Amino acid sequence: MRRIVIGVGNPSRGDDGAGLEVARRVRTRGSYQVVCGSYEMIDVWEGAEDVVVVDAARSGSLAGTVHRFEAHSEPLPGGVLATSTHSIGVADAIEMARSLGRLPERLVVYGIEVQDVTPGAGLTARVERAVDEVVREIDGA
Amino acid sequence: MSDAEREIAVDYLARVEGEGAMYLKLRGDEVLDLRFKIFEPPRFFEAFLRGRRFSEAPDITARICGICPIAYQTSACNAMEAAAGVKLTGGLRDLRRLIYCGEWIESHALHVFFLHAPDFLGYQSAIAMASDYPEQVAMGLRMKKIGNAVMTLLGGREIHPINVRVGGFYRVPTERELEALVPDLEWARDAAVATTRWVSGLTFPDFERDYEYVALSHPDEYAIHEGRMVSNRGLDIAVEDWSEHFEESHVSWSNALHARRKDGGAYHLGPMARYSLNSHLLTPMARAAAAEAGLGPTCNNPFQSIVVRSVELVFACEEALRLIESYRRPPTPFLEVEPRAVTGHGASEAPRGTLYHRYAVDSDGFITEAHIVPPTSQNQLSIEEDLRAYVPGRSHLSDDELQWQLEQAIRCYDPCISCATHFLDLTVERE
Repeated sequence: MRRIVIGVGNPSRGDDGAGLEVARRVRTRGSYQVVCGSYEMIDVWEGAEDVVVVDAARSGSLAGTVHRFEAHSEPLPGGVLATSTHSIGVADAIEMARSLGRLPERLVVYGIEVQDVTPGAGLTARVERAVDEVVREIDGA
Repeated sequence: MSDAEREIAVDYLARVEGEGAMYLKLRGDEVLDLRFKIFEPPRFFEAFLRGRRFSEAPDITARICGICPIAYQTSACNAMEAAAGVKLTGGLRDLRRLIYCGEWIESHALHVFFLHAPDFLGYQSAIAMASDYPEQVAMGLRMKKIGNAVMTLLGGREIHPINVRVGGFYRVPTERELEALVPDLEWARDAAVATTRWVSGLTFPDFERDYEYVALSHPDEYAIHEGRMVSNRGLDIAVEDWSEHFEESHVSWSNALHARRKDGGAYHLGPMARYSLNSHLLTPMARAAAAEAGLGPTCNNPFQSIVVRSVELVFACEEALRLIESYRRPPTPFLEVEPRAVTGHGASEAPRGTLYHRYAVDSDGFITEAHIVPPTSQNQLSIEEDLRAYVPGRSHLSDDELQWQLEQAIRCYDPCISCATHFLDLTVERE
């Protein structure tokens, strides 16, 4: 079963880089880093049966909270993942793929609740710990 | 309802690039107040270009837009090359045009299928549309991907390309690398013909305006990356004379400067302008697709811009194929450009209209002044005039229906607010 991990975020915006950091650290071969969420994600997971997407979340939960969704079985709840006015969000890309019948068999989405997205800032300690937790979970799976 | 004041407000316009709003106050058919608001904060690109090397302008300005970075890079390169008296020819010129075709394909496919088509079919988003029109949406995705592939091959990556430089490119592709794009581009060209046929069958509001169309024009080709600035009302100027004929002013409701003709008013940039001024120079299949779609030599119904954009998709694919077929790898990837202490002007046809740059450079090659005039900021006045003209005779519509149609009127322009801010919310208020 072909498995890929896709990290989404902006590495120049503090905790928004969390998803990219996870994709960089996981042992899973063929992990991708996608700077912005977009419809192109549908092409990235083409041919893979087991896909993990990691993005930043902004739902109002405590920073560092890890949300986990099984997107192959139901749509993501609205308003959780961080979105961008300049491209298509992860939730949109997933719903587009669902409409087109191009969802992978298994699609797990992690959302890491951000604290600080100041340009140029690194990951905050809470988000750093959440990144470790998600990396362990993906590698252990 | 006819004599009551109504207010229609959209605080956050959907399916436009960036952040903007619309506010409309009317009494019956009379528009009391109308504002196309751009509230996205300014980004000060012109200020931080000062003190940078002339050679950095294409890379810095590419960051203004993730949809049309090639337009920024090309206008910046044109300005710097004009300042230095350098002109690209042969294969280098062809590659500059080819990468721009890639951007037109990517940007137009995004707009036609994902931003604009849902308006005509009654969907709030392309996602909602996808379950009923999977074939079209999949087609749009694939066309967009093919445009991106052209940009990636020539630009190093699809967003904010890194291989474009003043004088040409850092590396030029081999003939064989370009030939690999041919099967996909042939598919995209045929898909664009089918798209034109499909969108020409949509229902368009009965609405036409007598625009002053402004676009670049070139005697031998449908202008994309260079030309003289012309209009259907007699304007015919070199790009360097822009500031003698156009002026910008600030209005309180927009973070993007409004532009107008000095001796006139609003003008209209983009696919409709290009088509109306240059349709005789389209490639054969694009011309045939336009004729089959029922377009005359000009088009004045902004809602039909989706048809014109589709015709331009056919053109961009055909033109890309032609450029690839005749391509011979240039002996050097770029021409040396020595800075001179002069002001350089550059313009090119971004997917949504003419993008003008002006830079003053000192004798050491440092930028002392930068001026960037994006198409969306120039179209603001025309957008407001369209909205103002659209309401009379339609005030019987419910707030929801009127708002939907007015938002659609704005989206006809494929506004890129991020570029313009230097924006969209919609409020309709009825008295």
